[in-house]
Amino acid sequence: MSDSRAVLEAPDIHRALTRIAHEILERTKGADDVVLLGIPTRGATLARRLGDRVEQFEGVKIPVGSVDITMYRDDLRLRPARPLGHTELPPDGIDGKVVVLVDDVLYSGRTVRAALDALNDLGRPTAVQLATLVDRGHRELPIRADYVGKNLPTAKSEKVKVYLQEIDGRDAVVLVKGGAR
Amino acid sequence: MKRHLISAGDLTKDDALLILDTAEELASVSERSIKKLPTLRGRTVVNLFFEDSTRTRISFEAAAKRLSADVINFSAKGSSVSKGESLKDTALTLEAMGADAVVIRHGASGAPHRLANWVHGSVVNAGDGTHEHPTQALLDAFSMRRRLGALEGRKITIVGDVLHSRVARSNVLLLGTLGADVTLVAPPTLLPVSVGTWPCEVSYDLDAVLPKSDVVMMLRVQKERMNAAYFPSEREYSRRYGLDRDRFAKMPDDAIVMHPGPMNRGMEIAAEVADSARSTIVEQVANGVTIRMAVLYLLLGGETT
Repeated sequence: MSDSRAVLEAPDIHRALTRIAHEILERTKGADDVVLLGIPTRGATLARRLGDRVEQFEGVKIPVGSVDITMYRDDLRLRPARPLGHTELPPDGIDGKVVVLVDDVLYSGRTVRAALDALNDLGRPTAVQLATLVDRGHRELPIRADYVGKNLPTAKSEKVKVYLQEIDGRDAVVLVKGGAR
Repeated sequence: MKRHLISAGDLTKDDALLILDTAEELASVSERSIKKLPTLRGRTVVNLFFEDSTRTRISFEAAAKRLSADVINFSAKGSSVSKGESLKDTALTLEAMGADAVVIRHGASGAPHRLANWVHGSVVNAGDGTHEHPTQALLDAFSMRRRLGALEGRKITIVGDVLHSRVARSNVLLLGTLGADVTLVAPPTLLPVSVGTWPCEVSYDLDAVLPKSDVVMMLRVQKERMNAAYFPSEREYSRRYGLDRDRFAKMPDDAIVMHPGPMNRGMEIAAEVADSARSTIVEQVANGVTIRMAVLYLLLGGETT
């Protein structure tokens, strides 16, 4: 049995998202042209939460959507074909917008690379930024996040699991110790 | 899911729903300006067509190309087949070219099944004789689901030349798996002998079935396969089994009309019925590309052994 411990509890996640929402507003000077695109499954949920926060703070409703990256993954051939996630763009699309990609965990950076490829086929944003709840390091590509909820030093053998109320019935980020490897 | 798609009966309910759900996500690709995904880059799909077919072949071709696969079209006319090459030798040739999937349409029932024993790639049945046409059944189910929602308990009526129709057989099997209630309506001469063993009802009276149908699927009368007199005259067939305006009016208000194409307008279906807003005939073509993308993705997108 591997042991696990919660590194973020519900209030911590709440505060981290609040801060990221403020940072997005600050960095984009009021989030006028911002579109939040979450990477399914949990990134899409986080994007919706961030959108709600921004609306609370500034009264502006920013478009929120999701972009599935399954068809753009570089490791498709390592496993049987996976079911697809849901892609949903805001009605006005992403052309000329500042897209903030939202994901739960930033690790190798390969998911983000796939998302950038997907965006390329979906339109031409003026800029793309990245928000992530947890940055656990071990990047394999030259990618970094613009907004980070928590920097979490991990060993490669460990696993980071994110639980969100809407999907899992509770909010938590759990670090699972890896077995002997 | 199995490695090949030869019969709609091979699909479990989970497989069928996975294909339909995947297609649902892929449908948006056809609406965007760049209608292409990189997923099957470097894979080769061979379209091996021994029978004439325009819509199925270009549908598979479009599907494979939208997933960035390389497509080789091989039609029997003007090829080594017309010089007498056997199916097995053709298969070995394709194998040597490195085909990851072979999409086969053949006049003989069971040809895809044989082919699957000779090639390493996936075999997709695009219609074999009077046996099966699974991707047509999938696209029909997809079209129904987009219009009507879940198919459990839906009443689906399939009318016409069931005997020669691979579409009917595949649809009966798939719709049964998905929990719909299928009724076949045809002249007794145009029903296969084994129809009693199929998971469906049979009726000879179209007018009695129409008011209870959520979907009415008209089949083409396949004159090219008819070497005997299956009905007295086209006019009589049309009177008894054609979907004209009066019969269309007997259907429930939200019921839809389908046809796998190509249609004989005025024979099994009246032009104004085919062109009505409740007809899905044009949608079926667009949905065909989407469902074939889903099938090719699920067969070829992951690891292949």
